[in-house]
Amino acid sequence: MACVTMDRTSGATALRRRVSTLLYRRSTFFLMLLLAPPLLWLGIIYLGSLLALLIQSFFYIDEFTGQIVYEFSLRTYAELISSRANLDIILRTMSMAAAVTVAAATIGFPIAYYMARHATGRTKAFFYLAVMLPLWSSYLVRVYAWKLLLAKEGVISWAFANAHLGWLLDGVLALPVIGGPSLSVSYIGMFLVFTYIWLPFMILPIQAALERVPASLIEASGDLGARPNETFRKIILPLALPGVAAGSIFTFSLTLGDYIIPYVIGSSRFFIGQAVYIHQGTAGNVPMAAAFSVVPIVIIAIYLTIAKKLGAFDAL
Amino acid sequence: MTIAVKFENVSRHFDSVRAVDGVSLEIADGEFFSMLGPSGSGKTTCLRLIAGFETPTSGLISIHGADVSGVPPYDRDINTVFQDYALFPHMSVLDNVAYGLMVRKVAKAERHRRAEEMLDLVKLAGLGGRRPAELSGGQRQRVALARALINHPRVLLLDEPLGALDLKLREQMQVELKGLQRKIGITFVYVTHDQQEALGMSDRLAVFNEGKIEQVGSPQEIYEHPATEFVAGFVGNSNLVDVTSAERIAGVTGALSIRPEKIHFASDFIGPPDAVRAGGVVHEVQYLGAATRYEVVLDAGPVLFVIRQNIATAGRHGGPGVGERIELAWERDAMQSLKSVAAGD
Repeated sequence: MACVTMDRTSGATALRRRVSTLLYRRSTFFLMLLLAPPLLWLGIIYLGSLLALLIQSFFYIDEFTGQIVYEFSLRTYAELISSRANLDIILRTMSMAAAVTVAAATIGFPIAYYMARHATGRTKAFFYLAVMLPLWSSYLVRVYAWKLLLAKEGVISWAFANAHLGWLLDGVLALPVIGGPSLSVSYIGMFLVFTYIWLPFMILPIQAALERVPASLIEASGDLGARPNETFRKIILPLALPGVAAGSIFTFSLTLGDYIIPYVIGSSRFFIGQAVYIHQGTAGNVPMAAAFSVVPIVIIAIYLTIAKKLGAFDAL
Repeated sequence: MTIAVKFENVSRHFDSVRAVDGVSLEIADGEFFSMLGPSGSGKTTCLRLIAGFETPTSGLISIHGADVSGVPPYDRDINTVFQDYALFPHMSVLDNVAYGLMVRKVAKAERHRRAEEMLDLVKLAGLGGRRPAELSGGQRQRVALARALINHPRVLLLDEPLGALDLKLREQMQVELKGLQRKIGITFVYVTHDQQEALGMSDRLAVFNEGKIEQVGSPQEIYEHPATEFVAGFVGNSNLVDVTSAERIAGVTGALSIRPEKIHFASDFIGPPDAVRAGGVVHEVQYLGAATRYEVVLDAGPVLFVIRQNIATAGRHGGPGVGERIELAWERDAMQSLKSVAAGD
């Protein structure tokens, strides 16, 4: 009896050993085994749905019946780019995304630089916390909070009025296109909120890129005769550029796709996100919504190609 | 002798740490000068003080006669070969080498021509188009050297440049560096913790310990006449003999150091009559190939290490084994009296 039990355990041990030997010797097989679930997830759930979206955009809606016609056609895209209103939406969204990206990079770079190269210990921890903290609270709460701040009776107008600078605010709001009756219903207000909301996504990648630049490279540049501003332009900036590119992809694409901020802040003029929302919901024109969704993907692809051509990823 | 670099009572403190503590030093123009010491001894901080990456807490540094306090690195006629090479990863090898010329606004064609020449000098001709990441460690080291030399500095600082290379390559680069220095005739200040490197390459060297200089001198002076117990122990191997044992064995006052290769077996020894002789028992024998090392416990107390060249083929004239009695002998010259352990210091 004892003998049998022993045999069984040793049999199990032997099997286990054989499996582990197999996994060890066929390391590719083992790797595939580990990678299969996440790859399937990425492939089916993520890329698959993206592909479905892409396919949808090649169907079109029958004008009389309002039914989706499931056959390949470029009709939806033709309709997308032939409509003046649609092109305005795309242009408006792109301009906003570009402005927000430039502003976020301009504000974010010095902060990231200070965090990476000067701050140590508690100061650094404080900066991390200050950058991350807003991300822990609800996005909607922050957007609505900004709506109150920016409102005509809000604290910003109040501060301007009390500083006897009300004329300045009114002057800015009187500007065509970007102005409006108050900050909370103008492109300026929307720009401020977008910049505030997406800033951490710019700071963190730049900070990570700067953190990876060894101090000796900066010393070597100075040692070879480069003044600090040259060292910044020739060494620090090129090496931080992949971080700026990564950050700008975040801010740019997040702005391109967002539909809540244009809905809460700003006027009734549509952004891409809102157009997608309206087309697939109220209008039931899923092919058009899909075609609109493809626009940011194309824009980002073009942007990345240009960035690569300009050497933004040379330091990777 | 014109002086390239001069330290007058220079200190550099980091909070409570005295990295460099009251160092005075003169490095002659055209000299191969090494700073030798264990890690944390202050040698690298001294180098960084010369380069201008650090400023002294107190004291005066002058370079070619001019006080350099407040002169930033980019205004100093000095270049550095960094320990990690510090090559710019986003530039080609050629652009790395030409960097010093680029920031001096030399035209592109001219600076590329001179960078090619420099690559030629360090035997890397034709590799200018590559990225630093595509080179081996030894090649990167040469690029760093070429880059540092392109501005024709009067002083070149080298911070453990061979530390990351394997032994064979290191030995080859030692010879090349020394040859290069002789050829271009500028001052090399070389930081290393490797005593072999320092002895083999330098005209003079300074031995650092705990932020202070223990001794400055030629390799022969440092090796043959170590001034302190630290130098005797750090540069090469030494037998340190304390005050009482020195008195008992050799009738000498004060602590001593004796190099193991200068102690002979009395049976081999043909020396002057006033030579010191001492009997003892072999405690350990270690065969090293070219030589054999014996650990001998003297009757008078101390343990001496003896290195004996294996001139005869082992077996026929093999030395004494463990436990055998042996008599040792050495010349009076071989004994160096040491400052730091001397009685009444």
